[in-house]
Amino acid sequence: MNIQQMILELQKHWSEQNCILVQAYDTEKGAGTMSPMTLLRSLGPEPWNVAYVEPSRRPDDGRYGDNPNRLYQHHQFQVIMKPSPDNIQELYLESLKKIGIDPLQHDIRFVEDNWENPTLGAAGLGWEVWLDGMEITQFTYFQQIGGLEANPVSVELTYGIERLASYIQDKENVFDLEWTDGVTVRDIFYQPEFEHSTYTFEESDTAMLFELFSMYENEAKRIMEKGLVFPAYDYVLKCSHTFNLLDARGVISVTERTGYITRVRNLARGIAKTYVQERERLGFPMLRKGEEVNG
Amino acid sequence: MAKHVLFEIGMEELPARFIDDAELQLREKTAKWLEDLRIAYDSITSFSTPRRLAVRIENIADMQTTIEEEAKGPALTIAKDENGEWTKAAIGFAKGQGKTVEDLVEKEVNGKAYVFVTKRIEGKATNELLPGFKDVITSISFSNNMRWGTNTLRFARPIRWLVALYGNEIVPFEITKVETSNVTYGHRFLGESVTLGDAMDYEKKLKENFVIADAKERKARILEGIDELQNDQFQVSVDQDLLAEVTNLVEYPTVFKGEFEEMFLGLPSEVLIISMKEHQRYFPVKSKEVKLLPSFIGVRNGDDTALETVIRGNEKVLRARLQDAEFFYEEDQKNTIDHHLEKLSRVVFQEKLGTLAEKTERVTDLTERIAENLNLPANMIEDASRAAEISKFDLMTNMVNEFTDLQGVIGEIYALNLGEKEAVAAAIREQYLPTHANGDLPDSEIGAILSVAEKIDTIVGIISVGKIPTGSQDPYALRRQAIGVLRILEAGKWEMKVEDLLQLAYDLYDELEIEKISDYKEKIHEFFKLRASHLLKEAGIEQDVFQAVMDKEMGNFTYAMAKARHLSKKRHEEAFKEKEEALVRILNLADKAENNEINPQAFETDSEKALFEQFELSRKAFSDHDKAHDAVKAFEQLEALADPIHEFFDNNMVMADNMELRNNRLALVAAISSLILDYADLALIEWKQHF
Repeated sequence: MNIQQMILELQKHWSEQNCILVQAYDTEKGAGTMSPMTLLRSLGPEPWNVAYVEPSRRPDDGRYGDNPNRLYQHHQFQVIMKPSPDNIQELYLESLKKIGIDPLQHDIRFVEDNWENPTLGAAGLGWEVWLDGMEITQFTYFQQIGGLEANPVSVELTYGIERLASYIQDKENVFDLEWTDGVTVRDIFYQPEFEHSTYTFEESDTAMLFELFSMYENEAKRIMEKGLVFPAYDYVLKCSHTFNLLDARGVISVTERTGYITRVRNLARGIAKTYVQERERLGFPMLRKGEEVNG
Repeated sequence: MAKHVLFEIGMEELPARFIDDAELQLREKTAKWLEDLRIAYDSITSFSTPRRLAVRIENIADMQTTIEEEAKGPALTIAKDENGEWTKAAIGFAKGQGKTVEDLVEKEVNGKAYVFVTKRIEGKATNELLPGFKDVITSISFSNNMRWGTNTLRFARPIRWLVALYGNEIVPFEITKVETSNVTYGHRFLGESVTLGDAMDYEKKLKENFVIADAKERKARILEGIDELQNDQFQVSVDQDLLAEVTNLVEYPTVFKGEFEEMFLGLPSEVLIISMKEHQRYFPVKSKEVKLLPSFIGVRNGDDTALETVIRGNEKVLRARLQDAEFFYEEDQKNTIDHHLEKLSRVVFQEKLGTLAEKTERVTDLTERIAENLNLPANMIEDASRAAEISKFDLMTNMVNEFTDLQGVIGEIYALNLGEKEAVAAAIREQYLPTHANGDLPDSEIGAILSVAEKIDTIVGIISVGKIPTGSQDPYALRRQAIGVLRILEAGKWEMKVEDLLQLAYDLYDELEIEKISDYKEKIHEFFKLRASHLLKEAGIEQDVFQAVMDKEMGNFTYAMAKARHLSKKRHEEAFKEKEEALVRILNLADKAENNEINPQAFETDSEKALFEQFELSRKAFSDHDKAHDAVKAFEQLEALADPIHEFFDNNMVMADNMELRNNRLALVAAISSLILDYADLALIEWKQHF
């Protein structure tokens, strides 16, 4: 099964579980969690079920396309269900069968792994799912988001697309994976991997990036005060990515690092709070009739 | 026939590290609950797997035990009037207990008569009480809890099913909308759901469905599986912690052997071992000559269906990890120690205490001062200084960045590769020892000095910026580090007082004007004393002995420990009682004495002359033994004073009317007292003789 078919199968499966299929969010980010479709929508009492593919940039993991396992940009398949359904583990295992992983032929395990993202003031409990010793999915019950208690609790599933595919297609090198018939990951992504790595480690204009960080930060603050949550959040994402570029270049010392993370976190917290207030002002429109506001 | 009870809590996979403790809690809480409820039973058996905790109560009584309780009423003088009639007080008491005065009996308590009633508390039927087990389940505590869905309960992981059986009846209750039933579930993939008719079938039915509910049996199976693969040239190193974890990661273990490419054996074995153990939970394999072999042992959760696929998958994962490690190792080899050291100035150790480069400079300076103070030969001082100077370079390598637990270990390996002396390289590793309260200490003297300097700098620095550990808050593990320092001092028989050692650090901080250290000296001192008292406690030495020996100063720690051990032994010797009395009598009287010159000519009686002579002898001998830090022999010299002291007190009036005589006797008392106090303040010890 190639990557394209895998994605289609996962989309079909989660669509059958009443997930909204949305498209990747158009701002750079390090993980699917950072999409507003997860980070903001998992806040507050409104039910929310969604699935999407998210291209995720990790500048520090760039390897000029040389490393068989590491990528500047990989793909995550992200599922959020709020409140977390009682049979979520079964639904997840069903999804593995749909992409050709028969649990009887493998060793699938849920190994404790608690997730925390200090930049987003977010934390959750759960597992990494192992397939014959390889971590293929992060499975997390959100407990806190943007510094706010998650209530009801959302469950997040993050599948590592390339990891899973390398197992399904039995390939040692991520660039040998088939995206679709006759087209490999190398064909599509080798050049950007090489160029982004070169940019990140050698060519980025750090003075400009520092300046951008401050500009994005100020803009986020300014429009957050006007209650414009989504645009403000876009600027937080830009801050985060700019910070990652600077960090990968090795120009941020450890103290400064803590300082930057705190700045982004404060923004994220402010936005989380404002988002819930805005939804409340709108009367939590996605609460179905007869449903009570929880807590 | 008595019935059995079974409770099973089915959950999404529990963290392995919680399981043993949770099973124990469940068993103990069940026993306590039954005791409180006065329900008799034969035995309790508990079970646990990653997906379930269970407890079975065998042959439970069908009723609570009925008990009779006595209630004490008023004194008889109040309960009856002068005519022997019951008073209002007596009637009121009986009524309050649901009885009449007919039921009152008289009984004496401590020679005084009171009235009593006997109450009978009828037992209820067991099946009415069993639903209360819900509270036992929710009272299990975990170090980390979560919420799920729309529930408010906090528990380790979501509860997905509950079995509650009394005989073959279901005990009704619910937790987070999950209702009890008689249905349990087998292995996630190999098993099916099972309806239980009898609690005694529990483990058998589960085994048929590929779940081994008894953790001990799972562990035994794993060991058996390992044993089958082992031979003379293929020795599996079984780490008990890892074995315990793996046991709780599977419901049905199948042991397998995997392999990796021989070329990876070029990596340091510590790197290979950590990649296998920590990341993948594999057991490494060694040859008879204790060399690592390119194999590993894993444990699968399931039977041997398609085991080949599972093995190939695991091998692939390990290969990717080792490729990563190899990449880091090769990258690191391209750089010099200086290249890594240069980066330390970019990493902050603590906001007010500067970067790691600055910390390294302080530690180097302190190391040199300590080494000089201990009169080490010049070449060793030089090695110690070099070790300190490069002590943190490995923190900047890719390898330690990836495997933080290998700090120091990687430092030693790389330092050797890059041509440093063996003594210098070993000290880099040893600076982190001991890694836990009872952990191994540095072997080499240089390692010990560096380790002490490193720790003292951290402790003094962190406390001086106001971050003294409180309660469970000790993020820099200062307590462990202080214990480490003291243990190193004792084991290495350091010729340096704890106070002087700390002073070296204070001086350094003063010179560098980092923080106003004078404000914190006392706190740091107290902190070390508290740790010392803790260390003594661990060694079975009581608090009062600690106070006697170390309250004034800790001094030479090896000597202080030897004194404490000796006194702690002495205090239980029968023959010691008299000696102790003599010495303490001197100490008590010395409070009244001023430190006058002793005039040997002014002594009148034989007994005071004899005491003075013995004192002169003891003082001289004591001084030699004290210098040699011989706690036993030094104390013998004090003991030799005991008899003359008794004689002295029996035959002389210290507070004589003649002031010259009095002052001279007091001067002798004061001199002896100060000799005793040089050893320990014996007056602080509560002497306990066990005959």
